[in-house]
Amino acid sequence: MLIIRTAFKNIIGAGRATWLNIAVLSFVLVIMTAYNGILDGWIEQSRRDTMDWDTGWSQLWQPNYDKYDIFSLPDAHGKTPAQIDDLLKTGMAAPVLVIQASVYPQGRMMNIQLKGIDPEQHILKIPSLSLRSTGGETPVVIGKRMAATTRLKKGDRVMIRWRDRNGIFDAREVRVAAIFETTVGSADTGQMWIALDDLYAMTGMQDEATYIVMQRESLVNANVGGWHFKDNDFLQTDNRMLEQSSRAESLIIFAILLTLALLAVYDTQTLSIFRRQKEIGTYVALGMTPREVTGLFTIEGTTYSLFAAIFGTIWGSPLLYWFTKTGLPMPEAYGDVGMAVGKAMYPAYKLTTITTTILVVIVFSALVSYLPARKIAHQNMVWALKGKIN
Amino acid sequence: MINVKQFKRTESKYIIRAEGLTKDYPVGEGHFRALSDINLTFSEGEFAGLVGPSGSGKTTLLNIIGSLDTPTSGSVAVLGREVSALTAKQSAFLRNRHIGFIFQSYNLLPVYTVYENVEFTLLLQKKNREERHKAVMEALDWVGLTEKKDARPAQLSGGESQRVAIARAMVKRPAIVLADEPSANLDAENSHHILQTMQQLNSELKTTFLFATHDEKVMQYLQRVISLRDGKIEKDTNS
Ligand SMILES: Nc1ncnc2c1ncn2[C@@H]1O[C@H](COP(=O)(O)OP(=O)(O)O)[C@@H](O)[C@H]1O
Ligand SMILES: [Mg+2]
Repeated sequence: MLIIRTAFKNIIGAGRATWLNIAVLSFVLVIMTAYNGILDGWIEQSRRDTMDWDTGWSQLWQPNYDKYDIFSLPDAHGKTPAQIDDLLKTGMAAPVLVIQASVYPQGRMMNIQLKGIDPEQHILKIPSLSLRSTGGETPVVIGKRMAATTRLKKGDRVMIRWRDRNGIFDAREVRVAAIFETTVGSADTGQMWIALDDLYAMTGMQDEATYIVMQRESLVNANVGGWHFKDNDFLQTDNRMLEQSSRAESLIIFAILLTLALLAVYDTQTLSIFRRQKEIGTYVALGMTPREVTGLFTIEGTTYSLFAAIFGTIWGSPLLYWFTKTGLPMPEAYGDVGMAVGKAMYPAYKLTTITTTILVVIVFSALVSYLPARKIAHQNMVWALKGKIN
Repeated sequence: MINVKQFKRTESKYIIRAEGLTKDYPVGEGHFRALSDINLTFSEGEFAGLVGPSGSGKTTLLNIIGSLDTPTSGSVAVLGREVSALTAKQSAFLRNRHIGFIFQSYNLLPVYTVYENVEFTLLLQKKNREERHKAVMEALDWVGLTEKKDARPAQLSGGESQRVAIARAMVKRPAIVLADEPSANLDAENSHHILQTMQQLNSELKTTFLFATHDEKVMQYLQRVISLRDGKIEKDTNS
């Protein structure tokens, strides 16, 4: 208790260096909280967007289908298993039929995936209602990226060509009924969405699907009728990998910032300990053991980080809160790299992340205070009293 | 704080006994002998001083007695206990309970008030607030600084600072006070003042005082003068 009291007194009574340390440490804490908050917010948003636009909660794959192998597509279609008819009827599951096709905008040719989806589905945010039959024309919807590469605008007509179930080429003109905007590249780039019934008619693959997108409430969690169940974890693999590399980056930045801040603390601690040798000698003369003196200086150093946490909370909270309201605007360029990046990022602060950050700062500032203190407290006290240790 | 393996005073005729005390400081390849075969004893209640020119070994001897330093060879017993045999905790306890230090440069803790500086030792002893208050106020009264109890060391004159240091050394009523050049930074009036104070405490509380000094003003108060030269006892008025 006495040691803690003395440490506090010394810190309060100390000069500018203390407050500089506290400021620097609090800066690191706030920057890291903001950075991690943006990271967490972004990851959360990517996961949500991926589910909303592309994967749903979970999926059932036709046994031949492999998302990562485009050559699996020609064989990857089959009748949806009867066991999930109820889910299909209640809209908790939506079949998607995928075939390879070519599109011919302005005489150029591009290979695409033509994806049949029920216009009435409400699992994915794809504006499938625009695919409702209007008689005569075949409506399709595409994303903004696809629209940009094909230079198609809403209402444009374009020729597409595909093989039916017997491998015979066929072609028809479709009309772009809507262009949607999404952060999820995999629902957009090289994709063209079409009504399931239209695709059945075009291919003769009546009631077939390549995969089935399911809501969480579907409660399916195992293979059904030979179709392979893919859980949310698997479907989020890309995001997870992205998350891991981002976390690694964040860790590196944290390490650099923390090292710089700790250098400042170490510097002041070392300096103050050498400046305060006489004081250390006095503590020992008054009856403190070297271990207690070490403890005193360690607590002093650690208190910097505690103060930094308090100080950082005071000036950082309004700022961090403000970010959650306004979001951080992202440059347009990010949108094209195919990652799920919105127009603005909304940070999500996690208690565990913040606590870990603070704990790491506290532990390390304790360490850089402990080392020089221990060194001097175990020196000859006579030298310390004379201020002769160097 | 200090509670395990406490220092226990044992019965002894002498409060301090040094035998064959030698202290070498390493210098370059060889060493420098700061103390050479010192044999000394002090009884309870003495008001004695080590005198001699600068570099004669006074501070070194005082620090060894105070267990702040260790001899190269020989032994020191304080309150009947061999100092070299004490653990770090026991020697801290010895200093905390039984030895008061007074330094040439006062060594007050700058962030503490006068009151808190004097109180610090008692906090280490885990005395309760009441006991502390009573003892601190009494010690401040001894040195005539009751008025300044809330001042910080930076606001005090040299004489006042040294009186705070005396109060800090005396507040725990130690068996021994070791005072290293206590008057070196003081003018004549203040020197006499603090010495009279210490003399009075010596006679009232039977505290043993051991000075290190080369100040004539101090010497005139000493009941016993031990002259050191080049690390050897040149003369001891007691023998
Ligand atoms: N740490 C040290 N290293 C080397 N020599 C020292 C050290 N401390 C003291 N001395 C030497 O020992 C001698 C005695 O010093 P000291 O006890 O301080 O003398 P005094 O207090 O009588 O002036 C001096 O010559 C001094 O230079
Ligand atoms: Mg000296």
